[in-house]
Amino acid sequence: MLVTAFGTGPQGRLDASVRRSGAVTRRNLAALRSAYWLVVISGLVEPFLYLFSIGIGVGKLVGTLPLPDGRQVPYAAFVAPSMLASSAMFGALSESTFNFFGKMKFMRLYDGVLATPVRPMEIAFGELLWAMARGAIYSAAFLIVMVLLGLTRPGWALAAYPATLLVGFAFGGLGMGLSTYMRSWQDFDLMGTAQLALFLFSGTFAPVSSYPFALRLLVEATPLYHAVELLRGLTTGSLHPVLLGHAAYLVVMAGVGLIVAGRRMARQLLK
Amino acid sequence: MRRLLSVLEFYLVGYRRTWRGSVFGSFLLPVLYVVGFGFGVGHFVDLGGRLGPVRYLDYLVPGILAATAVQVAFGESAWPVLSRFLWIRTYHAMVAAPLRIIDILGGSLLFVLLRLVLTTVVFLLVTTAFGAVHSAWALAVPVVCALLGLAIAAPVYALSAQVDTDSYFPLLGRFVIIPMGLFSGVYFPIAALPRAVRWLAYASPLWHAVDLCRAATLRGVDLPWPTVLGHLAYLGAWAGLGFWLAMRAFQRRLAI
Repeated sequence: MLVTAFGTGPQGRLDASVRRSGAVTRRNLAALRSAYWLVVISGLVEPFLYLFSIGIGVGKLVGTLPLPDGRQVPYAAFVAPSMLASSAMFGALSESTFNFFGKMKFMRLYDGVLATPVRPMEIAFGELLWAMARGAIYSAAFLIVMVLLGLTRPGWALAAYPATLLVGFAFGGLGMGLSTYMRSWQDFDLMGTAQLALFLFSGTFAPVSSYPFALRLLVEATPLYHAVELLRGLTTGSLHPVLLGHAAYLVVMAGVGLIVAGRRMARQLLK
Repeated sequence: MRRLLSVLEFYLVGYRRTWRGSVFGSFLLPVLYVVGFGFGVGHFVDLGGRLGPVRYLDYLVPGILAATAVQVAFGESAWPVLSRFLWIRTYHAMVAAPLRIIDILGGSLLFVLLRLVLTTVVFLLVTTAFGAVHSAWALAVPVVCALLGLAIAAPVYALSAQVDTDSYFPLLGRFVIIPMGLFSGVYFPIAALPRAVRWLAYASPLWHAVDLCRAATLRGVDLPWPTVLGHLAYLGAWAGLGFWLAMRAFQRRLAI
């Protein structure tokens, strides 16, 4: 009785589904080659370079900046959470768009996967998990350095860590949804430009309150802004109910992205 | 000379089809950087007044100009060169024509130079419209940026002519090109850097070009002539050494 319930009930179906998603993730791990490790490590270095250059170098020119609650913080403490959020975005998007697209359209990897009991939604979920695993390592390392440099307190860093995972999850979901719409590699140039625009104008290097009003409205609709504000609120310890709104935005984005990806993959691959 | 120009013509014919895409990377992105940093961060830098009478926007523009030259030069001499050896074999076809190695390499680099000058001139015009250029010496900026571009492109050509896989390029980009852009005085004076890192900045061709460009576009920054000549000589040395290495690598790889 218990066995049948475990095998076929809703709980059992979910377990099996999670197991199949995990298999997609484990395939990526098994396919890691030495050259790819170097690329993974080089992605780890980049946010630190920006932190040291912009945060500390430009920080000497800027001095302190105001937080939304009016407190003044050193520029490095203002910029560090921006770098954390942006690197989570770049990491999750590169894995969930460029690599995902290559696997789907050129390596034809999922044609093979779908010949097994794995379903499209489970592929999307498994790949998302993979994208997040990479981001999780980057974020942990970055938060540790922030604590060592005195840019945040250990307690706040711990609180911010799950939020960085949420950011990775949200952009991973968005990326996967987007890449089912991509037609060719050229579309990625467009996406790269969009990413850079987000990186520069999401309240990352200067508070949005200093932007012109129209730009400010536009920025507040885009995802990286919410990620930056959420992480900055947590690492600087300025908690505010608005942070929940930022988190909700990211959760919705992840969900919509995943559902779109799962549905469109089913249509494109299960012909 | 005619043979060298016919190689250049080959690239120009191709560029007639692809120039729109290059507008993105070599023009739109730097403008975004200028707006994002020059105005966004600049507002707060100018409030603090730590740069003296110089606006941050004016300080930043010559730096971004030079940094863009590095990007364009790297972009033109990494994947494109490898692909001409490995994937589309343009160079092999050229060797079969009555062209010497020097024509093939020289014509190819001449095209890179042309792109550098074009990018710099357009960028300079736009930033002049922003009111960020304050001296007639700015006319010298395209020449400096072209020389800087050559100082980057020639050694990268030499590398691309020797490798068999493109996996070196992302690493070169991440560990050399990006750090160079961040720590060569583009965004802030390198006096803010620790001593050891400052020496790395002195070693990078970009810093020398930034110093020249900044003196050329700002009012009242006088570089003594020996310093100017020293900067130019350092850039020239990278370009010359790179060209020599690239020449050798091309000769070896295209030997029949």
